[in-house]
Amino acid sequence: MKMDFSKYPDEHGHFGPYGGVFAPETLMAALEQLKDEYASVKNDPAFLKELAEDLQNYVGRPTPLYYAKRWSEHLGGGKIYLKREDLNHTGAHKVNNTIGQALLAKRLGKKRIIAETGAGQHGVASATVAARLGLECVVYMGADDVVRQAPNVARMRMLGATVIPVESGTKTLKDALNEAMRDWVTNVDDTFYIIGTVAGPHPYPAMVRDFQSIIGREAKQQALQHENKLPDVLIACVGGGSNAIGLFHEFLEDDSVEMYGVEPAGLGLETGQHAAPLCKGTPGVFHGNRTYLMQDKNGQILGTHSISAGLDYPGVGPEHAWLKDIGRVNYVAVDDEEALQGFRDLTRFEGIIPALESSHALAYATKLVPTLSKDKMIVVNLSGRGDKDMNTIAQIEGIEF
Amino acid sequence: MSRLQTKLSALKVVGKTALIPYITAGDPSPKATVALMHLLVEKGADVIELGVPFSDPMADGPVIQKAVERALIHNVSLDDVLEYVRVFREQDMETPVVLMGYLNPIEAQGYEAFANAASSVGVDAVLTVDMPPEESKGYLEALQQANLDRIFLVSPTTPDNRLSAVNEKGSGFVYYVSLKGVTGSKELDVEDVARNMKRLQQSLNMPMGIGFGIKDGATAFEMAKIGDAVIVGSALVKLIEANQSKGSYDIHLAIGKKMTEFRTALDKADALKGQE
Ligand SMILES: Cc1ncc(COP(=O)(O)O)c(C=O)c1O
Repeated sequence: MKMDFSKYPDEHGHFGPYGGVFAPETLMAALEQLKDEYASVKNDPAFLKELAEDLQNYVGRPTPLYYAKRWSEHLGGGKIYLKREDLNHTGAHKVNNTIGQALLAKRLGKKRIIAETGAGQHGVASATVAARLGLECVVYMGADDVVRQAPNVARMRMLGATVIPVESGTKTLKDALNEAMRDWVTNVDDTFYIIGTVAGPHPYPAMVRDFQSIIGREAKQQALQHENKLPDVLIACVGGGSNAIGLFHEFLEDDSVEMYGVEPAGLGLETGQHAAPLCKGTPGVFHGNRTYLMQDKNGQILGTHSISAGLDYPGVGPEHAWLKDIGRVNYVAVDDEEALQGFRDLTRFEGIIPALESSHALAYATKLVPTLSKDKMIVVNLSGRGDKDMNTIAQIEGIEF
Repeated sequence: MSRLQTKLSALKVVGKTALIPYITAGDPSPKATVALMHLLVEKGADVIELGVPFSDPMADGPVIQKAVERALIHNVSLDDVLEYVRVFREQDMETPVVLMGYLNPIEAQGYEAFANAASSVGVDAVLTVDMPPEESKGYLEALQQANLDRIFLVSPTTPDNRLSAVNEKGSGFVYYVSLKGVTGSKELDVEDVARNMKRLQQSLNMPMGIGFGIKDGATAFEMAKIGDAVIVGSALVKLIEANQSKGSYDIHLAIGKKMTEFRTALDKADALKGQE
């Protein structure tokens, strides 16, 4: 029997056993309000028109589907196409979602938005829409990430946002999310929380997916234009999973399309120093939903490691947990070194400097593509550009500024 | 009736407000907890709320976050917490113990295994911050079968249409979160609490405890006039932090004094209520 993926999540936010609303009581009313508001606008032609116009004129969509010819020939397998989310305004796919949520914030009359960020891309995208709508913006960011993604911190501040370094816990993305939740609980009346990935309590995983699904809808049309067929393989990196689900969702019912979600193996899956809950984790409840987590046997959330701040997260969106269990998507991992090689390859073969997050997807392509026949079409989601990673890369490569 | 329900109704009969202090299990060290629990009882606790450390306490303010971090340095697990309760029960079979924490450590044990283990060591009730009634299928049944009370939170933002689920699924008491915020935050607005409690008491069929942000005797006094129980956490935990380098004697002295402040305030409020 064919699965109807549009039926998920159910009305309570469940994807099979995953998802749901595991939130403190103070937020339940706000989540309910958001759910109702989102349900009322998601098929509202006026809202969709405003969203489409913003995506076209402000973000610069549609983004191209670019044939990476020299790199494909080098790998000697199929034809690799890049979905160029790096060309969006602010430099990553994150803005597709913040544009949508900001429109909702406006409709709900909220004057203040908050966001968590890891790589800073979601923080920048949030600060950007806040500036455009004249809203106050506060961004929580792990203190370690503030250091390794310094250019984005500067951008957020220039845009008028307040960036609050989070010193608790592991000082990375998960702790930023905790602190944003605490802020939201305290200021729930006037504040809209823009979550940056397909995690958190319902309706976030579904809503963020819907806003990101533009990636896959465009890619499908573009694939038909370029090659007159559906892609054979899709590849995307998975932190919380928003760029991946954004690409995959439109294709879930196309059985011929194989999908790979690439998690960060950090220093290696065997070392425990990674951020790959789908490959190595177990189900649990965290940040408002049930999903795969990196946790110890006592249910404590483990610290993670990835060279890429945007993937350095111990959980993953609940829809991915479910897609893993039902076997629709393959989840794999590449380590820091492989990701760096992916970064170098794209830079040198195509003249495109990718984000370190996206480099994980590229690195998996370098492994997979040589095993495929030449007639295969592969779409890699190039979720963001690498400007923000200049410090990290320059340090590793010994390049001086 | 459960030990918790028996206790709360006995207090009601004599017109007493229950004092429910919170400490984080394993803070500042695993060996401190049982002695602190006995101290709390000696200084007037009617029920004890014992926090189960979790790596990501997203509903807690800085004071309890740090307490949890102190406990987790010693890798204090849910099993360890149950062991503290077992040892506590060797000397105290009367004071109800409520576990308060987050869902994931319970998920990791499995609902039934946890409920049976908790019940067998003498835990009386469980409050899980990130488990609203809507998601409680399975969890609820497991606690029920092990005769554990299910405490749910209601907050200033809880709409009336969510209260029937709390009545249906909760037991023991309802925990009213007195402010929009995390544990230990800002000033309480007494009038706002009174107004909300009035609304909630009309719909809820259980005793109501008030917690979050109760710092001193004066606030506790006002809360005792409104609720059936007063829950104090950060005000005590702060004293563990302040005195940890000095050792357990000083911690006990400071906590004892603060507990006396709360108890005296509650007794004063009860005496006033008795005259009305
Ligand atoms: C460029 C880029 N790609 C991917 C991610 C990971 O997020 P997600 O898995 O939600 O797409 C981030 C997050 O910061 C990012 O900046």
